[in-house]
Amino acid sequence: MRWHLRLALALLAMFSAWSAAAADLDYGLQPVKVAADTYVFQGANEDFSFDNGGNIVNTGFIVTEVGVVVIDSGPSRLYGEQMRAAITKVTDLPVIRVFITHMHPDHFLGNQAYDDVPILALAGTIDGIRSQANAFTDNMYRLAGSWMRGTEAVRPDEAIDEGELSFGSRRLQVIAGGGHTPDDLMLLDHATGVLFAGDLVFHDRAPTTPHAELDIWLRSLRRIQALPVEVLVPGHGPVTRDLHPVMQTRGYLDWLEQTLNTAARSGVDMAELLYTPLPGEFDALSVMPAEFHRSVSHLYPQRERRELPRVSN
Amino acid sequence: MKIFSSIAIRAPLLAAALLSATGGVAGEAPPADPLRSVQWENMYGLYLAGRPVVFDNRVLVLAPQAAENSLEVPVLVDAGALGRVEKILVIADLNPLPKVLEFYPRESRARIGFRVKLQQSTPIRAAVLTADDKVWHVGGVWVDAAGGGCTAPSVGSGGADWVARLGQVHGRLWDRGAEQSRLRFDVIHPMDTGLASGIPVFHVENIEIRDQDQLLAEIRPFEPVSENPVFTLDLPGRGAVQIRGRDNNGNRFRASVPPPAAAGKAASGAAR
Ligand SMILES: [Zn+2]
Repeated sequence: MRWHLRLALALLAMFSAWSAAAADLDYGLQPVKVAADTYVFQGANEDFSFDNGGNIVNTGFIVTEVGVVVIDSGPSRLYGEQMRAAITKVTDLPVIRVFITHMHPDHFLGNQAYDDVPILALAGTIDGIRSQANAFTDNMYRLAGSWMRGTEAVRPDEAIDEGELSFGSRRLQVIAGGGHTPDDLMLLDHATGVLFAGDLVFHDRAPTTPHAELDIWLRSLRRIQALPVEVLVPGHGPVTRDLHPVMQTRGYLDWLEQTLNTAARSGVDMAELLYTPLPGEFDALSVMPAEFHRSVSHLYPQRERRELPRVSN
Repeated sequence: MKIFSSIAIRAPLLAAALLSATGGVAGEAPPADPLRSVQWENMYGLYLAGRPVVFDNRVLVLAPQAAENSLEVPVLVDAGALGRVEKILVIADLNPLPKVLEFYPRESRARIGFRVKLQQSTPIRAAVLTADDKVWHVGGVWVDAAGGGCTAPSVGSGGADWVARLGQVHGRLWDRGAEQSRLRFDVIHPMDTGLASGIPVFHVENIEIRDQDQLLAEIRPFEPVSENPVFTLDLPGRGAVQIRGRDNNGNRFRASVPPPAAAGKAASGAAR
């Protein structure tokens, strides 16, 4: 009996290794229509891994009369190429613009696939990519392995500001938010009410904070609540027709800020803070508690030192 | 946390471990390592041999499973459940410099929080020498680290103004009730390991905490302790304490931390 089980397990392992090789690193990108002329490639709601090849992110595109506008290019060159190929199955129109929402590697490392297209981003995003591109790329190679083959960081070539842009009769509003990173771009389509929110909004996945300023981030989220949004595309997690993911992200960031500040004020050691039990609603988010632990590392040192006055001469 | 799950079986296990460990002098094989580190026998030979060694669940080592910032990995060691402790030795087996710090609790609780630079994934262990029977009680955890923590030059010594701030101390006491207080403090210091090329070893090597009557605790940090080290200690009493320290170049620093209530007032108006 035991032998049969072992044999079955061995065969299963062999078969899954073989089928992974046979699939030849296919992200299997399927555009999902979320509104008229508007499509999203939804990533897995998990952390980077060798299995998902870094496809944990939502990217998308809008087909306007004059061409295709792409929002974020994904975590690797391969992703960018497969994404662009998937777009050609939806429309014959060429890609005319790529918008990069922010400086994190899972959102822009597919830029190589769009080297013939203007790639636009907020100025802080371009600066961030300039100074940290190598670290980002190295890190992605470490986390996603061979999916990253041939990937190099390509900086967006044009800085844009907040404002309205027209593509034929389509009016797209560029909104300059921040707080997840120094500059976080959102794109609101006035025709459909689709908001591409980038990583200012996470849905059912713990928000990440390596470059976060929580108060600025919370301000950006309050701004979203005043926008005429019909369809919300978060940076990570399922698309919705309401603002629930905005409230969820706000709720978590509020709790995080309060938890860190209260701990710092009452003399809690950083390692003790890691063992803080998470409220159920946040514990249920994917990539918890790992993401909370990362946030403690990013955000606690500055807060605890604020509570330590100088005591030497 | 699984800390309490072993209470029922601990007593017989511990007795057995003690029996088998009484002969744990130099030249004898160390007890099998629950963390299965390839460096355990070396660590044993370098730092522990000569005294009996037991692995003991009452030695708590709190640290993240994965280090987000390998230059500043938070660790808290608590051996308060062991009774009187002479010293705590913290080692990171697979670090190029494994010895992290020694802590002599003296009058304070056998608990210390600090941060460490890690070069790669490694066990972090606390070996706790009990005062009465002189047995090493060892606990630890694996920390997964991307690396670079020990050979990267410290950030502070790359900047321009750290020399002027060298040896500055920031700190505060909190009333913890029952005649206990918590001390948290940092010292501005690059804590250079000597492993980055062209930057010689330069680290705080001794810190003493006293009240007006006596030495309450003593910390001996080594190279792997993080830049601008931050420490957490739990002290007896509710009075002011003095901090005195020196580094391996003979620079000295001292500070006096006001008692808990006054510290609260000072903190609100303090500018850094
Ligand atoms: Zn991001």
